[in-house]
Amino acid sequence: MKIKLTAKPGTTSEIKTGNWREQHYPEIDHEKCIGCGMCDTVCPEGICFNTGEKNKAGKFFYEKDLDYCKGCGLCAEACPVKAITMREEKK
Amino acid sequence: MKKILEGSRAIAETIKNIGVDVVSCYPITPQTHIVEDLAKFKADGEADYEYVRAESEFAAMSILVGASAAGARTYTATSSQGLLLMTEVLYNVAGMRLPIVMTDANRAISAPINIWNDQQDAVTVRDAGWIMLYGENNQEVCDLHVLAYKIAEACQIPVMVNLDGFVLTHTLETIEIIDSKSIKKYLPAFKPSEKLDPKDPLTFGAFATPKHYMEIRQELHDDVVASKKMIAKEMTSFKKYFGRKLSLVDYYGDKSADTVVVAMGSVLGTIKDAIDELKKSGKKVGVLKVSSLRPFPAEEIIKEIGNKKNVIVIDKSLSLGEEGILAGELKRSFYGNSKATITSVIMGLGGRDITKEMIKKAITQAGKSRNQAVFIGK
Repeated sequence: MKIKLTAKPGTTSEIKTGNWREQHYPEIDHEKCIGCGMCDTVCPEGICFNTGEKNKAGKFFYEKDLDYCKGCGLCAEACPVKAITMREEKK
Repeated sequence: MKKILEGSRAIAETIKNIGVDVVSCYPITPQTHIVEDLAKFKADGEADYEYVRAESEFAAMSILVGASAAGARTYTATSSQGLLLMTEVLYNVAGMRLPIVMTDANRAISAPINIWNDQQDAVTVRDAGWIMLYGENNQEVCDLHVLAYKIAEACQIPVMVNLDGFVLTHTLETIEIIDSKSIKKYLPAFKPSEKLDPKDPLTFGAFATPKHYMEIRQELHDDVVASKKMIAKEMTSFKKYFGRKLSLVDYYGDKSADTVVVAMGSVLGTIKDAIDELKKSGKKVGVLKVSSLRPFPAEEIIKEIGNKKNVIVIDKSLSLGEEGILAGELKRSFYGNSKATITSVIMGLGGRDITKEMIKKAITQAGKSRNQAVFIGK
C-alpha cells in the first residue's frame, strides 16, 4: 500500500467548498446587526464571523465567508433583527 | 493438544488464543455458537478482549471499523442475512485497508427463508475487496483463522474465513487448537502503520474526488492480486510452524484422470469418498480443492488441471440466470489457457444434503458443454 489514505484534520479549510452553494447567499446589513453572534452559532459551516469593527450604533457587526457558505439560509432565519437577507446567486 | 470439539467452539478457542482486542457480534444461525462461546470466555474471565454486543450486523462491523482504526486486533462472525446487512461496511473496511478478520458460517439467503447451509451469502460480497478463504474441515478452518490474521495485517486487507454452516459449525471433530504461546511466535503483535489517536488526530475514510478515487481503487485491486503470493508464502511458513498443510489448491486422486471435480468447502470430503468408490470400479476421477476465492488462484488451478479433458465444478451458490460462481471463475481463468470442457453443477442449495450418489451423477455430466448450470438435487 503506497497511497496514503488518511488525512490530517483541517485539510478541508484548504479546499474552498463555497462553489457547492445552493442558489442563495446571505447578505448582512452591518447597520442593522447587533453583534449577537446567533448567525455564527447556527451556521453549520462556521462561516459567519465577528469583524471586530463597530457600526454607527456602536455595535460589533458580523460578516460571512462565501468561500465556504453552502447557502442554507439558517443565519437569515435565526437573525433576531432580520439583518441577514438571502440573495439570489447570479452565476 | 487434540480435543473433540464442535466446529464453532474450536473457532472461538482459536480466536481467544490469537489474542484479539475487540470482538463485536450479532448472533445469527448458524454462527451463534461461535459468538456465544466468545461471550462466555469473556464472562468467565478467560479472555481479556472487549466484547461489544451490537444491535445489528451493520453495527457490529461498524464498531470494528472504529476499533481497528484505533489499532485494535478485531474479530466478528456472521452468516447469511447478517452478512448482507453489513455489506456497505464490508466495502468500507476494505477501502480503508483495515485488517479485520471475520468468520462467515455459510448459509442460504432468503427468500424463501432458510437457515441451512449453502454458499450463496459470501459470494454475494465477492467484489468487496476482502480476501476470501474456504475451509474443508474444522481443523483447516481453525488454522485458516490463524493464517488470516497474519495475511490481513501484513497486506492491510481484511480476510473472511468461510466454513459451511451446520455441516462444520455444528459438527464435532478431533481438532488440535493452537495454543496462544505458539500463535505469538507465528503472529507478531498488531502494529498498524497509522491509527486513530485523540492526541494526534487523523481522518480515516476521507472523501476522494475523481482526481484520486480511481488510483486508490486500482491500488486495492493490485494489492488483492499481490496478496496471493503472500498467502502462498504464509501457507508454507504455517506448515513449518505447526506441521499442517494449507494450500491455495490441492489435488486429490489419480493424476492421470481425464475428469476432475472442483469445489470449495466441506463437500470436498463427500467428493473424495465418491471418487474413491469410482476408483474401485475402475473409473479414474480427480478432485481439486480451491481454498481461496479472492485472490483467485487461477494459475495454480491451470497448473494442476489445465490439461484435463473435463472439469465439473460443484457450486453451492449461483449467479441466478447464469451458473455457479466458482464455475464462472474457472471459465474466465481457463479462457485461452486450457481446452477443458467446464460444466457448472449446482448442488446442496438451502441445506439439501449432497450424497455420494449425487456426486457420481454430477460426474456423468463430464464433457457435456452447456452454457447454463445443471441442477442436481437428488
